[in-house]
Amino acid sequence: MSGSEGTAVITAKALTKRFGDFEAVKGTDFEVRAGEAFGFLGPNGAGKSSTMRMIGAVSPVTSGELRIFGLDPADDGRKIRARLGVVPQQDELDEFLTVKDNLVIYGRYFDIPLKACREKAMELLEFVQLADRADSKVQPLSGGMKRRVTIARSLMSDPEILLLDEPTTGLDPQARHVLWDRLYRLKQQGVTLVLTTHYMDEAEQLCDRLVVMDQGEIAAEGSPAELIRTHSPREVLELRFPAGTNAEHAPKVEGVGARQEVLPDRILIYADDGEAALSEVHRRQAVPESALVRRSTLEDVFLRLTGRTLVE
Amino acid sequence: MMGLSTPPAVRVWEHQLILYRRIWASNVVVSIVRPLLYVLGMGLGVGGLVDDGPRADEVLDGLTYFQFFAPAMIATTAMMVLVNDSLWPIRGGFLWNRTFFSQAASPISPGEIVGGVALWHLTKGLLSSVGVAVVLALFPSTRTWGLIPAVGVGALTGVAFAAPLTTWAAWRETDLSFPNINRFVIVPMFLFSGAFYPISQLPTWLQWFSRITPVWHGVELCRGAVYGGLSLGDVVVHVVYLLAWAGVGWVLARKVFADRLGN
Amino acid sequence: MELLNNHRPPITAGLIPPSLRDARRPHRVLERHWFVSRSGFFWILLGGFFEPFFYLVSTQLGFGSLIDDVEVGGELVSYVHFVAPALLAASAMNGAMYETMNVFFRMTFDKTYSSMLATPMTAGDVVLGDVFWATIRGGLYSAAFLVVMAVLGMTSSWWGLLLLPASLLVSFAFAGVGMAIATFIRSIEDFEYVPTAMLPMFLFSATFFPASSYGRFEWVLNFSPLYHGVALLRALNLGQFPPSIFTHVVVLFALAGLSIVLSAHRIERALLG
Ligand SMILES: Nc1ncnc2c1ncn2[C@@H]1O[C@H](COP(=O)(O)OP(=O)(O)O)[C@@H](O)[C@H]1O
Ligand SMILES: [Mg+2]
Repeated sequence: MSGSEGTAVITAKALTKRFGDFEAVKGTDFEVRAGEAFGFLGPNGAGKSSTMRMIGAVSPVTSGELRIFGLDPADDGRKIRARLGVVPQQDELDEFLTVKDNLVIYGRYFDIPLKACREKAMELLEFVQLADRADSKVQPLSGGMKRRVTIARSLMSDPEILLLDEPTTGLDPQARHVLWDRLYRLKQQGVTLVLTTHYMDEAEQLCDRLVVMDQGEIAAEGSPAELIRTHSPREVLELRFPAGTNAEHAPKVEGVGARQEVLPDRILIYADDGEAALSEVHRRQAVPESALVRRSTLEDVFLRLTGRTLVE
Repeated sequence: MMGLSTPPAVRVWEHQLILYRRIWASNVVVSIVRPLLYVLGMGLGVGGLVDDGPRADEVLDGLTYFQFFAPAMIATTAMMVLVNDSLWPIRGGFLWNRTFFSQAASPISPGEIVGGVALWHLTKGLLSSVGVAVVLALFPSTRTWGLIPAVGVGALTGVAFAAPLTTWAAWRETDLSFPNINRFVIVPMFLFSGAFYPISQLPTWLQWFSRITPVWHGVELCRGAVYGGLSLGDVVVHVVYLLAWAGVGWVLARKVFADRLGN
Repeated sequence: MELLNNHRPPITAGLIPPSLRDARRPHRVLERHWFVSRSGFFWILLGGFFEPFFYLVSTQLGFGSLIDDVEVGGELVSYVHFVAPALLAASAMNGAMYETMNVFFRMTFDKTYSSMLATPMTAGDVVLGDVFWATIRGGLYSAAFLVVMAVLGMTSSWWGLLLLPASLLVSFAFAGVGMAIATFIRSIEDFEYVPTAMLPMFLFSATFFPASSYGRFEWVLNFSPLYHGVALLRALNLGQFPPSIFTHVVVLFALAGLSIVLSAHRIERALLG
């Protein structure tokens, strides 16, 4: 579970990315170990894609140190890219080619023989359950199918590390589950997964370890369970009062739990025993429209660390 | 006659105009600079060779080559501009930006959409012809009042191409044929239109090809407008021929648009 | 000793971007384009035959009897013999330039390059690959043109065979130029300017009338890249080898080289931020 047995395949020290005056990544330190699934969890603009592009050796590091397989992307970009599989945030499939040819041509960029490319392409289309669409053009495919084609394409070169930038953003729940299942199998086959997401459920499902990123900085690091344990009481009581009255009810429930957060649409009360907290709320004669007790999630960790929610 | 003044068609036309406003500045520069380069390069450059050549007086009816060539450009330019404006943009309206579908979803009928498109093509034909006419007005040897009717002829020539091509573009499922239309239809018409030399230079059978193409009629009318010398009968034949292409194209376009837009 | 070991990198190091020095796979770009265009290739080739055919026949029939023979390097040649190699050069230029305009779409909407650059391919591969592809495209048009010229009797001798490599050079130079221009295009509207910028070059490169017609402005011709192609092909078609053809060859190669370097810088800047 802790994954400490793997050797480090990616290490970053004080990794920084600047665009003009704007610092998108502000000196982050992290380490990804062989065979694990490592995540960057953070809202839009946190600097996740910037980090991924530096790891993918397509965006120069501004300062700090970054090593992938022990290599410096500034000197050995080509060698690094030869061993990576990349699923960018936007599918960049070739609309002029069929699904299968997208994979075949991509394999050719890695100097894989044509015949091997053809076989591998069909094998991977089976894997992502799209073999029946092999000869279709890309354009008519659904978002989830395109995402699977992109993943299949990234696997053409048998990469040691797979970089997935928001693999399921914009997909419907069913398509997400299909994808998670495929990614889980890849991990079991020993592929190191590095992914970014702003979905806490995705991070919990897929990641052995993750860093919480916000505004270019890393706020915390650990396994999902560790992070929740360290940064949030076990349970959360969610209270909804009539629209616009949250702020006026907040003082009434003050101190019911270990901590509380007042959001525009609800009040969150953190407590180890949520039901007990709810009884206390009733005892104080606050009357929420609805009340719900649930377990703490990474969303709560993020709120705790940054004072903001992951998804607006 | 054509019912073009109905407000819905004008709204379709306005839509095109608004799009055009983003690029009008570059378009105006282009529609003056290109003819200017052509009259200098072909009219003066090649003209120098022809005028020094053995048969200039006999073949050019007493005109200099510059005078001979320049007015024809009003017709050929309008043709080129409107060929471009009626193939891909029409396809785009059905396929890429789907403008025609959103217009048809409002209370504008397919026929009115075609009317608006035709109005727009007429506008573009006029604009490009004015550009050439302005250039010709710069040179004393081509500066006559005849440039004014020639502008109208240019626009008519353009529409004689735009209407049938609009039909074609709206009818076809793919744009694969479009480059070939340019290569195998428009380019030969341009080269054998009588713009560069009188078609009497050509073998008889090729002269008949020239006579079939609308652009030759436009070229003859433009030259006639600027220097005179056309009989009333000639004028009527040329104008009717151009109107026939525009009219038949327009009627067919209405049908194809109606089929495609589902009314 | 310390100082000696720390010698400065050669001057060219800053000029030639690393991605170009690291280019190993430009042929993969060709492969991708071949996959995309193989189905439409027949039409491209057919168009390549007919367009020059129409132009040459029209010139021959229309102007043949109107224009006296023209002097080229001390020889008198018929007008169509004079114009044909110039049109060949223009066709080599157009074929290559129009192909490279696709570069804009590959950079922006299609994201063709972004996905290539995530692999061991470099920006240099992309630039070289696309320049070679456009050169091949222009070369095919040139070959078709040359066949038409030969069939219509507008090649003067077996020296005409030299026109093929020479027009490939013209395509190569303009493929580079086109690529560089395409990297500066911001939106589709900008495309309007490209043919307009090419038109004066097409008309005023001693294409349709001899350099002597330019009188005391003849030297200006040297600034037209196309003129170097026209003059080169015209001389070779007549089996003439004046020393100036060396200049033309050098100018065309230099144009290609500089454009390629510039394009690699531009592509890196645009895609590897
Ligand atoms: N090429 C760029 N030029 C300028 N700013 C950029 C560029 N790419 C990203 N940024 C900025 O950097 C910040 C982080 O972006 P990004 O790494 O894409 O975040 P994320 O992937 O976490 O949403 C954002 O504020 C974004 O606007
Ligand atoms: Mg992102």
